[in-house]
Formats: sequence, structure tokens, C-alpha cells
Amino acid sequence: MDKKISGFAYVLGNNIDTDQIIPAEHLVYSMSDEEESKKYGQFALSSVPKKEAGLPHGGIPFVDEGKNTSLYNIIIAGANFGCGSSREHAPYAINKAGCNVVIAESYARIFYRNAVDGGFLVPYECEQKLNDKIHTGDKLEIDFERNLLIDLSDHREFKLKPLGDVLPIIEAGGLFEYARKTGMIKTV
Amino acid sequence: MPMTITEKILAKSAGKKSVTPGENVWLNVDVLMTHDVCGPPTVQIWKREFGEKAEIWDKNKLVIFPDHYIFTKNTHANRNVSILREFADQYNLPNYYDVGTDRYKGVCHIALAEEAYNIPGTVLFGTDSHTCTSGAFGMFSTGVGNTDAAFILGTGKIWEKVPESMKFTFNGKLPPYLTAKDLILHILGDITTDGATYRAMEFDGEAVYALPMEERMTLTNMAIEAGGMSGIIAADEVTEAFLKQRTTKSYEIFRSDADAKYFSTYTYNVEKLEPTVAKPHSPDNRDIVRNVQGTKLTKCYIGSCTGGKMFDFMQAAKILINNKVKVPTFVVPASTDIAAQLEVETYKGISLKQILQDAGCVIAQSSCAACLGGPADTIGRAVDKDVVISTTNRNFPGRMGSKQSEVYLASPLTVAASAVTGVITDPRDFI
Repeated sequence: MDKKISGFAYVLGNNIDTDQIIPAEHLVYSMSDEEESKKYGQFALSSVPKKEAGLPHGGIPFVDEGKNTSLYNIIIAGANFGCGSSREHAPYAINKAGCNVVIAESYARIFYRNAVDGGFLVPYECEQKLNDKIHTGDKLEIDFERNLLIDLSDHREFKLKPLGDVLPIIEAGGLFEYARKTGMIKTV
Repeated sequence: MPMTITEKILAKSAGKKSVTPGENVWLNVDVLMTHDVCGPPTVQIWKREFGEKAEIWDKNKLVIFPDHYIFTKNTHANRNVSILREFADQYNLPNYYDVGTDRYKGVCHIALAEEAYNIPGTVLFGTDSHTCTSGAFGMFSTGVGNTDAAFILGTGKIWEKVPESMKFTFNGKLPPYLTAKDLILHILGDITTDGATYRAMEFDGEAVYALPMEERMTLTNMAIEAGGMSGIIAADEVTEAFLKQRTTKSYEIFRSDADAKYFSTYTYNVEKLEPTVAKPHSPDNRDIVRNVQGTKLTKCYIGSCTGGKMFDFMQAAKILINNKVKVPTFVVPASTDIAAQLEVETYKGISLKQILQDAGCVIAQSSCAACLGGPADTIGRAVDKDVVISTTNRNFPGRMGSKQSEVYLASPLTVAASAVTGVITDPRDFI
């Protein structure tokens, strides 16, 4: 895990469910075939209603038409991010689009587990509501050691909740890597 | 130490005397269930992580029901079923229920009950969010993703945070115009879609214990719609009678201690509740049917793990008998057993199948079908600006297909009444 990352914000509202993150009709693509799995990046967040896509103005697709990756690599969202189905394709799709960090007010349980155990995303929780303070396209920096989000455009700093119990799994890179490190399973 | 039913079951599974909410424990899994959408990537992760000589921890505890995208020409979806078939062949799996054979069952959560994998006191994980349905049998059950499932497949173990419990008590006698669907939609309106996140939802009270197993499964099924880790109802003589018909497996019945601690408790008198809907675009967007009656519909849908059981079709038949539907109405029996039973069970001397057909419903083959939209050729899928009333579980934007569509969630009684009039209708107009 890097100590810091920087990039551009993509801002969303509350209750972004897994059907908005990756619509069910796209769950048929292979996740192991390198070329085919790019489709998950292509369709990431493709079912978010237009006016809520890229707040505050909306109408900004996460991934541009015909592309497989996003210009935005840090998602700022409201409460209950990832609610709905158990599809691991959801955090996977966001990861395939090139985004590795989500900062939300809260998460649905299965999405949170999948993000951590699959090693797809760092699911930070913010200490205060951020999706009304940060705009889509803002340049941001995340300091993982200090659990801090910095808006580089005006140098505002926002505290993030420490990752707690799941930090060792995130640092290992996922559940299997963690289990190998701790001797629970053998290295292949 | 006093414990809830959930804490007792998790303590047993973790090999501990007691557990406390918030504690992370490693559980020994009794059953792992997967299906055609999440099974193939689960198997692929398992092979990647454990190598080509990977071994399944216990073949008898792995259950695979292809059910999501079955009756489609979509080649990618068909490929997923082929991957499962090859996997089952290669490892000689005893509990694979293949498409196109007599063994094909349909929707996994219903099949788990029918095939007696739901056993009180046990722990079941599945790669589907509605795995919480099995909690109706007094067991712990919850949904996980592919990585967690692959870990279980190789080790039989998984970590879980012991949840706090919320208790929902329903008193009184359920009126004939209400079903379990109305009760759970009512709860969702009270606690919203994240009101139970990381918690167990425990259902109790005389009105709950008066429900048949199918209706109890509707309550626990939608625990996930409140973000719940699990839903649970302690086993009683109704549960035991259901099991006795299907299995000789032994089991242990757990109940919450009278002084167990709850995060919160809610008490309802069912006699005061009304037929309820969830309006677009969220299962917690609750209203009473009377407030939205007259809303023009383009499609009605009775199906899924939530609302495609025998009990649901019996309720629908009570209204559809001697009536005609005014809008296209799709009936999707959750399982092949239910589809067969529709020809046997009767209401006023007429088979339910006949009643549904005579009313003009389209009866489709058993699968998850349009509950989650699915491939473009899925029967009953919402298109364009469809306005749908459905017995299913979710109405987030685009859930049933078209992003422009609007979906109302309701009981089978409300959906049947609305199908007959073509507008949202209170079932009391027919009962």
C-alpha cells in the first residue's frame, strides 16, 4: 500500500446500489480473461441516474463512452454505498476502471467485505459528510498514514476514520494474502 | 451470559462458549451455496489461490443451483452454466442441480429450503445477498462475494463480525388482506435501507409464529434490503413439520435468552397495518396502497425468491379467479417444484395454473428472471418507461431492466388486484 495517492474526485450521493455500480446484465463477462474483463471498467457506475452522476452538477459519466478506464480515481460518496446485491463484480468494476479508493459516509456490509477481502478498494469512511464539500474533478490527495484527505485546490483537510480491524487485510492486499501471511493457508 | 439466537449459533460455529457483538470470529461453515453468476468467478479465484491441485473442503457441503440467467440466448450467460457443469463433472459434485435435467430447481433460496439444506442452528453462506432468506429456519445465513466464497471453498472457514441484533415483534392476528410482504415493507419504511447494516434482524411475536414457512422466508429474505447481515426466526413446530417432510437430519434449536441484549426493539400490531408498497426507486420508499391507488401500470410481475412461492400464487389466485388482467402480467414460479405444484393445488376446485392462465397471465419457467433485469431477452424485463408493480425485492434505478422504468414493490394480493384493474389497487377492493 502506498503512503499517499493523488488524483481526481468523482462525487456521488446516498444509496448507490450495486445495480447502479454494475448493472446485472453485464455480470456475464469473464473476470479472468484480461481482454473481456475490461468491460467491467467500461460499464462501472453506468446505471447511476444522469443527474446524480458526478455531483454537484451531474451529467458527468464516470467512464467516457467507448473507454475502459475513468479519469477519476477517488470516489466521494454519501451513506450506504454499495447496498443491494452481493456481486463482487461491483468493487471489481470500480477497480477495473482504475479507481482504488472510495470515501463514503457508510457502506453496505457485503460491498465493504468484497472491497477489502478481494483487495479491490480501500473503503474509507469520512468523519463528516464530504459529498457536499468536494466537487467532481477536484484534485485530491489521500495520506494513508495520517488518515487524511486533502483537497489540493484549496488545501482543506478532512479527517478519515481509521480502517480498524480490516487494515491488516487491506495492507496484505486481500483475504488470501492475509491468510498466507498469518499461516492460515499454505502458499501455492 | 445472556445471548441472542444469532450469538448462540455463531458461538457454536466459532467453537466458543460465548461471543459478543463487534467481535471478529472465524466460523466453521455448514453449507456454501453458489449460482451461475457468482459460481464461475468463485471457482476461478479458488483455483488461482489454491493452485491446480486445489481441494474442496467438503463436497457434501457445497451446493450449486444455476438460477439467474438460464432461459436466454446470451452466449456469455450460457458459458457460465457450462463452466459450472464442467466443474461439477470434474469434481464429481453431489449437490449440483443442472439446467436441462430433472434436477434443475430454479431460484436458489427456495431450493435450499425444498432440498433441506436449511437446518436450524447451522451456518450457511451463499454468493447472493438474499441468502439471508434461510434464516427463517432458525439458522445463521448471509451473503458473501466471490473471494470470501472461494476462501470457504478451500478452507470451510470465514471471518465474520458478530452482529448486534434488532428485534421486530409482530402481535395480533394477520388480516386476510395483508401478507408478510406488507410487514417487511413496513419495517423498511421505518428503518430505511441502511437501518440494519451489519446487524441481525430477529423476528418474533404471535403473528410471525402464525405464518407458514414460505411467509417467514419473505420476512427474512428482505433483511438485506435494510442492510441486515441476516434475518432470523427461531424454529418452532411449524419449522419442524416442514423439515420432517424433507429430511432425517438431526439439528439443534436455539432461542434468544429473555434477557439478551438488543441494539433496538420494535413492536407492531399487525391488525393496524395497511396494504403497503415501496414506491420507486427504493425499497424503503414506503407508502400505503391507498395513497398511490390509481397509478397507471404497464406491467405486473409475480415471481422471485421473495414473491414467487406457492403461498404467493395462492394469494394471487384468490383475486385473479374469474377475472382478467388488464396489463401484461408475468408469473414466474421460483422453483420447478412450485411450477409443478401449481397444477396440483386448487382454489375453489380449479388448479392455480388454470386460474392464472384463464386470467391471462404469462407463466414463465422457473428462474430469477426479470427480478434483476438480466440479459435483454429475459421474460418480463422492464423496458423503456415501464411502470411495474412487482412481488420482488428491489426497485433501485434499473433493477428490473430499463433505467427509465419505475417499479413498485408490493404483496401478491396487491399485485394481483392491480393486474385486474391496470392501476395500483388496494386488495381490500377484492376481498
